[in-house]
Amino acid sequence: MTDMTSSVQSTFSRPAQATRDIGIKRRYAAERRFRAYGVAAILIGLFFLFVLLWTVVSKGYTAFQQTAITLPIEFSEKIIDPKNERAQNPGKLMTANYPLLVRDALVKALAIDPANKPLVKQATDMVSASARTQLRDIVVANPAVIGTTVNVSLLAEGNIDSANKGQIDLTVAEANRKVKDQQLEWMKTLSGTGAMAKQFNTGLFTYGASSRPEAAGIGVAALGSLYMMLIVLALALPIGVAASIYLEEFAPKNRLTDLIEVNINNLAAVPSIVYGLLGLSIFINFAGMPRSAALVGGLVLTLMTLPTIIIATRAALKAVPPSIRAAALGLGASKMQTIFHHVLPLAMPGVLTGTIIGLAHALGETAPLLLIGMVAFVVDYPGTPMDPSTALPVQIYMWANEAERAFVERTSGAIMVLLIFLVVMNLGAILLRRRFERRW
Amino acid sequence: MNTSLILLIVLIVGLAAYFAGRARAMASSKGKLSALHSLPGYHGVYVAIWAVLPAAVVLAVWLIASPFFVESAVRSSLPEAVRSQGGATTELMLGQVMQVANGLKLLNADELAAVTSGSSNLRDALAAKGVPMANAGEAYMVESAQEYNSLKDGSRWAMSAVVLIIAIAGAFFSIRGISAPFRARNRVERVMLGALLLASSIAILTTVGIVGSMLSEAIRFFQSVSPSTFFFGTVWDPRFSAAGSGGTEGQFGLLPLLAGTLYIAFVAMLFAVPVGLFAAIYMAEYAKPAVRGIAKPLLEILAGIPTIVYGFFALVTVGPFLRDMSAQLNGLVTGNYVNFIQAQSVLTAGLVMGIMLIPFVSSLSDDIITQVPGSLRDGSLGLGATRSETIKRVILPAALPGIVGALLLTASRAVGETMIVVLAAGVAARMQLNPFEAMTTVTVKIVNQLTGDLEFNSPQTLVAFALGITLFAITLCLNIYALYIVRKYREQYE
Amino acid sequence: MNMMSEAAVEKALDQKMNTVPFKMIGKDVSVYYGEKRALFDVNLNVRENTVTALIGPSGCGKSTFLRTLNRMNDTIDSCRVTGKITLDDGDIYDPSIDVVELRARVGMVFQKPNPFPKSIYENVTYGPKIHGLARTKAELDQIVESSLQKAGLWNEVKDRLHESGTGLSGGQQQRLCIARAVAVSPEVILMDEPCSALDPIATAKVEELIHELRTNFTIVIVTHSMQQAARVSQRTAMFHLGNLVEENDTDKMFTNPDDQRTQDYIMGRFG
Repeated sequence: MTDMTSSVQSTFSRPAQATRDIGIKRRYAAERRFRAYGVAAILIGLFFLFVLLWTVVSKGYTAFQQTAITLPIEFSEKIIDPKNERAQNPGKLMTANYPLLVRDALVKALAIDPANKPLVKQATDMVSASARTQLRDIVVANPAVIGTTVNVSLLAEGNIDSANKGQIDLTVAEANRKVKDQQLEWMKTLSGTGAMAKQFNTGLFTYGASSRPEAAGIGVAALGSLYMMLIVLALALPIGVAASIYLEEFAPKNRLTDLIEVNINNLAAVPSIVYGLLGLSIFINFAGMPRSAALVGGLVLTLMTLPTIIIATRAALKAVPPSIRAAALGLGASKMQTIFHHVLPLAMPGVLTGTIIGLAHALGETAPLLLIGMVAFVVDYPGTPMDPSTALPVQIYMWANEAERAFVERTSGAIMVLLIFLVVMNLGAILLRRRFERRW
Repeated sequence: MNTSLILLIVLIVGLAAYFAGRARAMASSKGKLSALHSLPGYHGVYVAIWAVLPAAVVLAVWLIASPFFVESAVRSSLPEAVRSQGGATTELMLGQVMQVANGLKLLNADELAAVTSGSSNLRDALAAKGVPMANAGEAYMVESAQEYNSLKDGSRWAMSAVVLIIAIAGAFFSIRGISAPFRARNRVERVMLGALLLASSIAILTTVGIVGSMLSEAIRFFQSVSPSTFFFGTVWDPRFSAAGSGGTEGQFGLLPLLAGTLYIAFVAMLFAVPVGLFAAIYMAEYAKPAVRGIAKPLLEILAGIPTIVYGFFALVTVGPFLRDMSAQLNGLVTGNYVNFIQAQSVLTAGLVMGIMLIPFVSSLSDDIITQVPGSLRDGSLGLGATRSETIKRVILPAALPGIVGALLLTASRAVGETMIVVLAAGVAARMQLNPFEAMTTVTVKIVNQLTGDLEFNSPQTLVAFALGITLFAITLCLNIYALYIVRKYREQYE
Repeated sequence: MNMMSEAAVEKALDQKMNTVPFKMIGKDVSVYYGEKRALFDVNLNVRENTVTALIGPSGCGKSTFLRTLNRMNDTIDSCRVTGKITLDDGDIYDPSIDVVELRARVGMVFQKPNPFPKSIYENVTYGPKIHGLARTKAELDQIVESSLQKAGLWNEVKDRLHESGTGLSGGQQQRLCIARAVAVSPEVILMDEPCSALDPIATAKVEELIHELRTNFTIVIVTHSMQQAARVSQRTAMFHLGNLVEENDTDKMFTNPDDQRTQDYIMGRFG
């Protein structure tokens, strides 16, 4: 009892200037530590973002250039059409021995003994095998070229291209190297005369799949992606908007609509690969649609994008103030007229923003497309969405599995193209939101 | 007439009906539009709907149903000898008959006569037209094929006639009902409402489709492999047996895949949760608006990058880096420069997936934390607590349920992620605890089993659907529970 | 002298009030929101070409009653109306009545000005367009001008008809909303505290406008300001806790009400 009183007294009788020890120093140190963790976390995130982008760009920027060898090709009639039967049989021009033209031109340009077969082989290996189709196309398009000599710019083979870009480690023993010393020697000669030079790689944007990196491009895949994006846009936007209008404006509030709400939120978080299984089972096996078709890919991506669009559209509809609805209804507009004349136009910027973001996701999506057979080796442009086609991210996936250095470069290049598309779409969404979003 | 031509004609009838309906409404208004109940345009649309909608529905039903009727008619026309051989043979023959039927259409009258009289070989005649046949074909096939063709043509003509009659009848029937007091707008709006309802039912149908399709395929799988060996099996060895070798069924144990999935997701969360959470706390509580305005969108870029890009990053950068670094470390310590981290490993996949998840954790948690009312914050600060004490003792406990929900949603994402693990985790299905070794996941195996030229009905392929439904069930539970928590949390502070 | 005679005319007019025919008749009107009952058997009649003011403390049901007159309550899912309301002897809750037609005849102006975020011109023409009141651009122009004239806004906006309606000041916006309602040529205009969001000068203008509109329209106005009710209306109805307490000529209501509760409210004892 006495102790207590005295201790209480002592607490209160403490001199005013003496501060209590509340551990200020320790607590501020803890405060600083805590803050530092936060800064560190953000820096870690940004660091990885930087490393990721840097990896892609540093590996990929060279893909936009391609080494080409310009040779004077003699379109010798003796080789192309020795029996002069092209007038009767135009198919002859399709099957002529065009690589021989390249060989002859190389032998001449590099002054090789034509009898030295291994040496000639090494020389012809420097030119892409796609030279055959390139020369064939020239001749078929203009048979008059036969008998003349024309300078033709041929693609260099992938490893030569890599070597020309300085990407091949020359300290490795020659036997373990894809590019031989003799070839390096010739490269110097050709570069010296200006016959070999790097040029902008238009092929990357126009070619289709190829097992030879120098003749592989994303053009065909990009067209497949374009088809799918158009299908997604044409289906997901109207269906998503219609569904949102029903759910937001008409549906009675009850257990069923609650269930639909939960269902849509869940669909937005279902793993994308599950949509691929759905597409395979329903569209391909049950409905009998063709495998590898952009149509099926578009449908699958539509189902995947719908929840995103519905969620965004409902939020945008909800943000339109009730006073606008009351004003229109008060004038005698029907509910449908109120929504389509006033509410929906006001919600449109939000709807479009959500749609663009959904489309961007769909554009980068790979997994479901693998399951519906879009991992296909597609060389020709698909004429319709029913034709076999592939998609940009799937092309990236297929190239990522190739070992050659030139494919790594192209993979990164394709990723850069994909990321540029995504950045443009997202910027568009941001600008749209800034420009048109109305604050009530 | 082909389908698109019929559709085009129906649409033209609809367009004409629109103008006719409008004109009739105008006429019945006697020059005073307000005498009409609905604007003339609505009358037009009403008539057009009557012209197009029933016709289109009939067209769709006919297109779906007629092949079944035609096929069953042809099937019964096949000789008894074929039909008695059981379902599979009949289907095979039916397929061949259809092939022949398509080919017959390409033949001209003379060639056709030669084929039917048996004087020229069916196979050669068709091959000349570019229609390959598996075998020489039998005489009955030509008859059946001709019957098939005539049935198909008949059905098509009947369909064209019926659809067009319905379209025109619909237009005439509805145009007679138009008068000034007629409530065309209400009718049109009811059709619109139906369309809206139909659109919103697609969301439900998607879920039904997912569950239904995967369940039915999975059940076919479970007919050849018992559920208990699938769900509790510890060995994954599906054995892609070459066609015809038969006998080797392979083992389909789910557990190694599930273990790999959960292990990789766990490593990813281990990395993403602290980083994402601290980033969110800093941005919500400390960062100045300018810093927040830059850091937040930059981090969100990570969320917008396609996962295939992360997979590539893991494959060419992170994996080799970890492998080489481990070799260096090993060398420094033991003198033996052998890497102890594989390029494809749980760690590689987990780390890269963690990077991908950072923005999910941070933006979800950021939303949750900023929803904690300011009064709680002020109360704590007013007592003399420091910022970090306020966060640790007041804000985080208040936000905890919401954050748990956010983390569960993130975990669901990690479990269902595909492209990163396909490229970075490896394909070896084993149960082990070393994070430096490769493991594989459910999603990787779904991709593996379904890419490649496999017979669709083999258990090797069907197992993908059993895996898929397992994956769907896991993420469904996580999502629903997380959404429930987050929703309750939101309601609490609204 | 002149003033005197005008006042005399007004008085005479007001005394004849009891002979003015009814435009709308509410009989035993009750409104429920789910389980909760918001109006109890209200019997209130609205006279033609008259301003009827509904007053009462907040939550008394005056706005609810107003919204039953053009079925704006239909937009609330849980809301249920019983009893009978007629407009020119036609039951407005009859299933055969199209609510859209009804609202074209009974227009409404809301508490907060709510112009559409479109041009002034489009705001006014929206109603006429959906109801087919004009066939040509010239007719529409005519409607816009006369409606804005009636709303006393024409001179202020005639040079900027194609600028956004949301760019106007609060008072102008509210008069635009009145013009928008007038453009449909309704028979009755309902006003739900139309001046509560406006400053005194804007309020005075709107009140003056209401006074003028009376010659062409039947007006029912809900107001929380008794002075406003006294200024603009000829008849006043007092609501309390969902019941109609008293309905009377405005003069009488404010000088010598029949009901004790009305007196208390007007004296400021509750509300």
